[in-house]
Amino acid sequence: MLNNQGRQTDVGTASQQTSNNFTTHSGNRGLEQDELLIYEIGDTKRTGVDLEEVWDFEPRLGGVTRDNEIGLAGLTEPETMRHYTRLSRKNYAIDMGLYPLGSCTMKHNPRLNEKVARLPGLGDIHPLQPISTVQGALEVMDNLAHWLKTLTGMPAVAMSPKAGAHGELCGLMAIRAALDKRGENRSIILAPESAHGTNPATATLCGYKVKSIPANKQGRVDLDALKSALTPDVAAIMLTNPNTCGLFERDIIEIAKAVHSIGGYFYCDGANFNAIVGKVRPGDLGVDAMHINLHKTFSTPHGGGGPGAGPVVLSKALEPFAPVPYVIHGDHGFELVEHISDKGDSKDSFGRMTAFHGQMGMNIRALAFMMSHGADGLARVAEDSVLNANYILASLKDVMTASFEGPCMHECLFDDRFLHGTGVATLDFAKAMIDEGYHPMTMYFPLVVHGAMLIEPTESESKQSVDQFIGSLRHLVTEAKAGNKELFSGAPYLAPLRRLDETLAARSPILRWSKPENE
Amino acid sequence: MTIYYSEEHEWVSVEGDIGTIGITDYAQNALGDIVFVEVPEVGSDHDKGDEVAVVESVKAASEIYAPIGGEVIEINESLEFEPAMVNEHAESDAWFYKIKITDLEELDDLMDTKAYKAFIANLD
Amino acid sequence: MRYLPLSQSDRHEMLATIGVSHINDLFKDVPKSALLKEPVDLPNHKSEMEVDREMRALAGKNIPAGSVPFFCGAGAYRHYVPSTVDHLIQRGEFLTAYTPYQPEISQGTLQALYEFQSQVAQITGMEVSNASMYDGSTACGEAVLMARRVSRKKKAILSGSLHPQYIEVVKTVTKFTDDVAVFNPVDTYAVDDLIAQIDDETSCVVVQNPDFFGNIQDFSKLAEALHEKNALLIVVVTEIVSLGAVRSPGSMGADIVVGEGQSIGNGLSFGGPYVGLFATRQKYVRTMPGRVCGQTVDADGKRGFVLTLSTREQHIRREKATSNICTNAGLCTLAFTIHMTLLGEKGFRHLAHLNHAKAVMLADKLSHIKGVKVLNKSFFNEFTISLPIDAAYAIEKMAEAKILGGVPLSRLYPDHENLKNQMLVAVTETVTEADMDLFVSELKEWVKC
Repeated sequence: MLNNQGRQTDVGTASQQTSNNFTTHSGNRGLEQDELLIYEIGDTKRTGVDLEEVWDFEPRLGGVTRDNEIGLAGLTEPETMRHYTRLSRKNYAIDMGLYPLGSCTMKHNPRLNEKVARLPGLGDIHPLQPISTVQGALEVMDNLAHWLKTLTGMPAVAMSPKAGAHGELCGLMAIRAALDKRGENRSIILAPESAHGTNPATATLCGYKVKSIPANKQGRVDLDALKSALTPDVAAIMLTNPNTCGLFERDIIEIAKAVHSIGGYFYCDGANFNAIVGKVRPGDLGVDAMHINLHKTFSTPHGGGGPGAGPVVLSKALEPFAPVPYVIHGDHGFELVEHISDKGDSKDSFGRMTAFHGQMGMNIRALAFMMSHGADGLARVAEDSVLNANYILASLKDVMTASFEGPCMHECLFDDRFLHGTGVATLDFAKAMIDEGYHPMTMYFPLVVHGAMLIEPTESESKQSVDQFIGSLRHLVTEAKAGNKELFSGAPYLAPLRRLDETLAARSPILRWSKPENE
Repeated sequence: MTIYYSEEHEWVSVEGDIGTIGITDYAQNALGDIVFVEVPEVGSDHDKGDEVAVVESVKAASEIYAPIGGEVIEINESLEFEPAMVNEHAESDAWFYKIKITDLEELDDLMDTKAYKAFIANLD
Repeated sequence: MRYLPLSQSDRHEMLATIGVSHINDLFKDVPKSALLKEPVDLPNHKSEMEVDREMRALAGKNIPAGSVPFFCGAGAYRHYVPSTVDHLIQRGEFLTAYTPYQPEISQGTLQALYEFQSQVAQITGMEVSNASMYDGSTACGEAVLMARRVSRKKKAILSGSLHPQYIEVVKTVTKFTDDVAVFNPVDTYAVDDLIAQIDDETSCVVVQNPDFFGNIQDFSKLAEALHEKNALLIVVVTEIVSLGAVRSPGSMGADIVVGEGQSIGNGLSFGGPYVGLFATRQKYVRTMPGRVCGQTVDADGKRGFVLTLSTREQHIRREKATSNICTNAGLCTLAFTIHMTLLGEKGFRHLAHLNHAKAVMLADKLSHIKGVKVLNKSFFNEFTISLPIDAAYAIEKMAEAKILGGVPLSRLYPDHENLKNQMLVAVTETVTEADMDLFVSELKEWVKC
């Protein structure tokens, strides 16, 4: 007998249905699955943990006992695994593709770093264990401090700031403390108009007023404008270098000298250190304080918004004002100075920025990243990131409008002039990139050019990957100029969700789940 | 009742020494979807040019500077729950606050309807 | 170099496309004197195996908490974190994503944040929560600044039994503003003193529950006194598991609750990264610092989540922002949420009950040692004991015998001679009765001599 069992191996009957208008009963679209909130899946009776039974005993809670239901929804372990796995698939990530977010340095996150941060000897130690039992942890802090000081050419580093903005606060507080010690009551911080929003926000926290310095036509600080703003009331200048337009401040040494000449300090925002790591030492440029975002240059994972870490390197002049705690080499190994004492080196410290000692978990990852690259590899990091950015700039500047002349550093800036008359705005253009399978570039920042698009590929991208990206952008420019407005105005079409109504969210904020009233 | 306008796109409608203050239709249009309005406290005193209110759209927050000085006697409480009113009725129902005007002469620095229309026509 | 995909020939090709001949041509804006001619004085690159080996050697110089009987707390607690948590947070889609500014391709992070905010609001008994701060101590500093914005007054009164390092953080953030912070002496039961200090200038009173020494109180009266003066009650919770057994600060009338969320989902990690919790009343939401996620719909009407109320934040508001904070504790909040989801109401309450039961058991065992006194009237999973000898010395000696027996108060209050013989002892579900007995017998030895 003929055996006609078995499955068909051709593509099936052709259908007029396309994937765009295909609907399903479940609302899922194959691998793309809708997912409810834990409160809509689980309940207060379910749990995903087994805990030992509690024996009878006399509670000692002082009578302040919880007597109401909290309302927490529980899920069993398989349900939890599925819920968060499904959610994870609605995210774009570096592991999936090029992530060209300018000024964010979205580079590869090596998994060795994750592994070593979880070693029991590093991950499972308490911040207040006896110092004799954490010598290895203090050595990690000390090693990382040595790398950071050597890479920046600075004599000191404060390790406790927990993120870039926290580092800015640390740097400005050290400056303020130094000026107070000199008995000077200065009130102004100068910052270029292209500065990141954290700069003015931080200055305010330190009791300073911010005065904005205009940029020149080359996208850099206008030196003359700066010099004329340097009154005796200026405490410091806050300058990002390379700056937020992705350009190296050519006059930086002169800027530092000018600020120092009136007795002010030079705070450098080190957000863009990736472009120069191993190639240029900020200490050679006259910097007094600079934070380093370990989650950018040294690749600790961004984790959907944090945690970060922002150690601050300090000049000799600011070193005495560093916050506690810090590690010193004592007679019996490493020691931790945790308190400000009138006698010791810590007497001028401006204080403590956080409980415990800072982002140790991030320190370990960053140190592993540095050791893996070494002095030779880190210089390569800077070179390849700058090369990738300039290659993109060179490959797109005939169709997109570059904002400034000349080579860029690790990121390249375009504005929306090339979209004039197309009816496509920067936002639409960026959203169309999502359909092409890319995370959009940074948009509308810096504020100094119209409809800014800031592209930072990082050193982690291969030439092949960068070429594909360039191909996609050239295609989108062609479509925009051809008048295919719909491709942009409705984008994204192929993401888990279409554009979201941010106005609705802000007008009537719903910030948490609540039990529906009819239940 | 006379209506005056400032170059910062506020309007003041004056009856006796009482002024009612809001932002113009031109301003709401430029700001886009307004999501929140912070108005001054009743009883607070402001000089002309003081920061008195904040208007937030999704992407920006704009400070509103007093077009004229005085003591705040009433605020439009419904703006707290219906900020969208500003987009719909900027120059009527969506007034921000009322003041007892300190110095009526300050009105001389403001524009009348015709002058304001010409002013915004020049901006576009 | 294993992390760098560009080959030498790629580099040449790309330089040619750019139209330059050498990589340093792209660094032409760097002042000549500043461009390094030679590599910096650090070791060259290493293989994965070599780095792994060196890091293991460093790890080997520490005593991991899990390898010995362990009783340290004081704001950081060792709980058992289910394996599922670490597996999920290491999924690349969570681990290697940026802040969810593009909501269409960030719903995973955003929905998890929404769940996080819901859980934090629930356990603290508050109406809303933000998407987290750096840690409990910095959240405490932010709360004091927020109380000033809400009350338009600038005197913050801090309880003397607040975590001493939290006190120092508040001291630092108010150092260069014109805020006035009032610091009280160490005294757990001084609530009446706090009430007496409230005046027309007071913006807030900050208390901790359970307090730094482990004691639990009801602060309802303090809340009433504050509200009469239009001031805010800020309650700090450093051991968030306690809220499974202890009444929530919200039910006592707190206006802002800040907490350290490390206990749920996150390891000790020598003090960081941790999770700062920040919850408040709905009416104060626009003065709240930090990122916040909200519900909305997409163009097709489907439910989705976005970061919202961003006009409060630094990237828009600049010098007028509610805070300079830019990041949150992202991945640590995810760990918190996953662990809390695994626990659920049932598990969370059970976990709290178990912690308390074990702490009571150890307190009873310790109080039988001659010369050792348990000082607390009430406690959750941590309490203070006094010894007849220097507590730091006893702890050091026990560490030599591979027991991490707690935190001496002198570590945090070096200038308080009267606290020298006192130590904090924390007991979580990870402690076994055998651990307790080892601790008791070892401590007996040192107390004797």
